Amino acid sequence: MEKRVTFSKWTIGILFAVPQLILIFTFFYWPAGQAVYWSLTLQQPWGGGNIWVGLDNFRSILANPDYWRSVSASLVFAGISTGLAMFIALVLAALTDRQLAGSWLYRVVLIWPYGIAAPALALAFRFILAPEAGFLSVVNQMWPGIWDPGLDGTDAMASIIVAFSWKYVGYNFIFFLAAFQAIPRSLIEAAAMDGSGVIRRFWDIQFPLITPTIFFLLVINITESFQDSFGIVDIMTSGGPANATNLMVYKIYSDGFKGLDYSGAAAQSIILMLLIILLTIFQFRFLERRVHYR
Amino acid sequence: MASITIRGVRKNYGKTQVVHGVDLDFASGEFVVILGPSGCGKSTLLRMIAGLEEISDGTIAIDGTVVNQLEPRERGCAMVFQNYALYPHMSVAQNIGYSLKVAGVPAAERTQRIQAVARTLELEHLLDRKPMALSGGQRQRVAMGRAMIREPKVFLFDEPLSNLDAKLRVQMRSEIRKLHRRLNATSVFVTHDQVEAMTLADRLVVMNGGRVEQVGTPGEIYTRPASRFVATFVGAPAMNMLEGTVELDGLSLLGGSRRLAVPRAGLPVGTKVAMGVRPEAVRLVAPGTSGALDATVDLVEELGAGRVIYVDLDGSPFSVMTSEAIHPEPGSTVWLKFSADDMHFYASETGGRLDVFKASVPEPA
Ligand SMILES: Nc1ncnc2c1ncn2[C@@H]1O[C@H](COP(=O)(O)OP(=O)(O)O)[C@@H](O)[C@H]1O
Ligand SMILES: [Mg+2]
Repeated sequence: MEKRVTFSKWTIGILFAVPQLILIFTFFYWPAGQAVYWSLTLQQPWGGGNIWVGLDNFRSILANPDYWRSVSASLVFAGISTGLAMFIALVLAALTDRQLAGSWLYRVVLIWPYGIAAPALALAFRFILAPEAGFLSVVNQMWPGIWDPGLDGTDAMASIIVAFSWKYVGYNFIFFLAAFQAIPRSLIEAAAMDGSGVIRRFWDIQFPLITPTIFFLLVINITESFQDSFGIVDIMTSGGPANATNLMVYKIYSDGFKGLDYSGAAAQSIILMLLIILLTIFQFRFLERRVHYR
Repeated sequence: MASITIRGVRKNYGKTQVVHGVDLDFASGEFVVILGPSGCGKSTLLRMIAGLEEISDGTIAIDGTVVNQLEPRERGCAMVFQNYALYPHMSVAQNIGYSLKVAGVPAAERTQRIQAVARTLELEHLLDRKPMALSGGQRQRVAMGRAMIREPKVFLFDEPLSNLDAKLRVQMRSEIRKLHRRLNATSVFVTHDQVEAMTLADRLVVMNGGRVEQVGTPGEIYTRPASRFVATFVGAPAMNMLEGTVELDGLSLLGGSRRLAVPRAGLPVGTKVAMGVRPEAVRLVAPGTSGALDATVDLVEELGAGRVIYVDLDGSPFSVMTSEAIHPEPGSTVWLKFSADDMHFYASETGGRLDVFKASVPEPA
């Protein structure tokens, strides 16, 4: 028998919900509403209220090549870091699932990076990847000047990708491992009896059966790469050099708080929000259907 | 077709040993059933033959080749799993044909062989379905088809029928039997269900606690159980066991309250034994018949074709199976008689069979 807690009066139920509702309204709907308002108006330089400008802010952003460079940098970042974080996690989880000795240790150790705040790990990677003193300074000794994230846009992009992927490998690993372990052992054994080797079993049995997890992580990783990258970019590159790592989420901040273009920044955040909403809806509506067996 | 030779096989999980040295020989084309209670190590033994578990000690040879170090696919065995283990994302045809695909059999030949197997198992109309859309019996057939299509030297079955309802189980049982007669591949079938074991087996291996208790035809195992465990495990309702002590003039049962005049044939006076008799070997006789035992009826269980009468023999439970139309009331007294030929004796301490009593006297006095 299922037991449910029921409230004699609906008012008590509402009271329990109120704290959560206040939080959501204060920290999501109210700022989001403000952002919409700002994005449709223009602040006067010397005060005196906002002027209604309709979609002008959006038009000027979309006409700006700087914005499109930021979009393409974000897409490159999302694509490579998601791919890297998921691929490494998948390999580690597949190996751990085979119950190699000490696999419990990886499980614990690998979740830690996810618990580290992005700016903190970014600082760590800044030292690690520093061209003059970090681990990679070795390559500069051999080929001077080959690695310098401070000057080379590609190196800078590579640095933030490495830092972000490092954080999400642990997160993805936990989900992949759970997915692998949810596959009944007898399926793997049946495939082994059918003559299938380790690699073949992985592609024919395990991989198809974890596609729901792959899909889920794809959505999460891409979404997070649009948002959680902020701290990493801020500490490691500040969007440079020459805007090479000025991702959409960082450009909102730098245009708004450094350039003091609140209206333009608000419009950019609305675009980013819509992009993430669309991405999520698209992936869940159209892709999820293909990965269901049960 | 292949023979299987098992020599001194043991299995350890860490420090615990679950199979304690098993020696068995299965002839080519034989249908062997391994019977035993849950947890006795049947599956472990089967999986060691299949190559799914490492063999901790001893050797297993298939057709004379020791396979200890071979991968499952190199052993030429096919296995049907208890939960079927069908690939959920593949259609029935893909499930059945997977081993051929792995082996690189061309698509045309593959289709042809899938069709042939599907025809045998009456699965033709289901080939495009996913396992989710099948009933238990159909899934069972697909699992069989997946094993059959490889034309393996050895078939291994791990309780393949235990997830089916009673009627389907009987039906699949006879189909497995028919299939074996046609393919004639060496088959090892693991089950805890003695009816299944009796009906399927050419030869039966009874296991208990990681050891083999007895090997023989179903008939031999039923008529001459080699140990007290086998005696009580095989047969339903279970064989009656009465504790007794050897005395000068026969056997004293139930702490001396009953006596049977059987010769002690060399056993020292005072030896503790257990006397067993099958419920179906006990007859109900007229009150006061010489050599009969009187007992109080506890319960009558109607089976349709017959009935089991559970009685109380001086505090010990005892059962009688009869097909006669007798319906004694609970609480009434009945008189029971059985011949010396139907008595089985086991040493109380070891549980081993004692045949010394059999020799002469035909009737208990
Ligand atoms: N992976 C394992 N680790 C430890 N003990 C196991 C493992 N697999 C089985 N056992 C133990 O081995 C014994 C025999 O198991 P099994 O062969 O599955 O029995 P069954 O006769 O029911 O098929 C059981 O006591 C079981 O608990
Ligand atoms: Mg078992």
